[in-house]
Amino acid sequence: MSTEALRAPPAGAHAPPLVTGHGAGGPAPKRIIVGYGFWIFLLSDVIMFSSFFAAYAVLFKNTAGGPTAQQLFDLQNTAVETGCLLASTFTCGMASLAVGERNQKWTQLALLATGLFGLAFITLEVREFVSLVARGAGPSRSAFLSSFFTLVGCHGVHVTAGLLWLGTMMAQFYAKGFRQDVRHRFLCFSLFWHALDIIWVGIFSLVYLVGTLPPELLP
Amino acid sequence: MSGGHDFDAGSSVGEDRAPGAESAGEHTLGGEVRSYVLGLALAVGLTAASFWVRGTDLVYGPGLAMALLVLAVAQMGIHLIFFLHITTDPDNENNVLALAFGVLIVCLIVFGSLWVMQHLNHNMAPMQELMQMQR
Repeated sequence: MSTEALRAPPAGAHAPPLVTGHGAGGPAPKRIIVGYGFWIFLLSDVIMFSSFFAAYAVLFKNTAGGPTAQQLFDLQNTAVETGCLLASTFTCGMASLAVGERNQKWTQLALLATGLFGLAFITLEVREFVSLVARGAGPSRSAFLSSFFTLVGCHGVHVTAGLLWLGTMMAQFYAKGFRQDVRHRFLCFSLFWHALDIIWVGIFSLVYLVGTLPPELLP
Repeated sequence: MSGGHDFDAGSSVGEDRAPGAESAGEHTLGGEVRSYVLGLALAVGLTAASFWVRGTDLVYGPGLAMALLVLAVAQMGIHLIFFLHITTDPDNENNVLALAFGVLIVCLIVFGSLWVMQHLNHNMAPMQELMQMQR
């Protein structure tokens, strides 16, 4: 932090006024630039997901005589998955507080809990996918199922990548301590993890809860 | 440099905030934990409400889909405020503007696709007739 705050004034000049932000007072500190850049990436990721959501909504009724969402989805499984991801988002928030306090033990514990809840989520999702394929409802069965596996599978791939990232963050905090660049990476990771939960809110609400409504109640 | 803020005299003087970062004001650890717990409680409440609305017959049937959509948007808002710390503070302006643009594109893609495809489906001849015509 200290190196960021110290922007040396040009030789012989007066000290710059303490007015920063909105472009005044020179370029923003690196923490802001890193966070903002990653925020833009996340928004583009959300836009990618929105096109998968649109594809699912458009193709929802094209079951090609195959099984429908109402016959396939198990809402209890979805509820447990939702709980796991919500808990892991919460423990990720706790981890960012522990990082703020420079507390190695709580950082590692909170990140471990985040990882275990995430692992439980992805295990349940893979189990659901395997059981769907075993019942002959794989992605090649109908346009509806193709769009379902693309949307939900893409979210699952993101969670899996997030778990790998989480592991590297734990190792880096352990090996390198709370160095500034490691904390910047962790800020990006926590943004990523919270954003994935926001996507999941859309998935469990629209794909699972609205998707399994009786057909006559659908818009 | 003096008067550099004339163009937006109403906004605060200070650094912008990185998305996901806490506001720069005074914070106690206990207060921050409480804020996360409140966020979790609200998120769990809205999730439970979604599943309850799906199962109940107290809600007018054709309105169920819209009710679930509203609950989902509300929960996304809770996540943004309590977990991603996207707020309406002046130091958060850049993050909110980027988010607003993202939401605009998302709405264009989702509602635009649904709108166009619905009209296409409506105007297309039934598949049987189409195949007859091609013979």
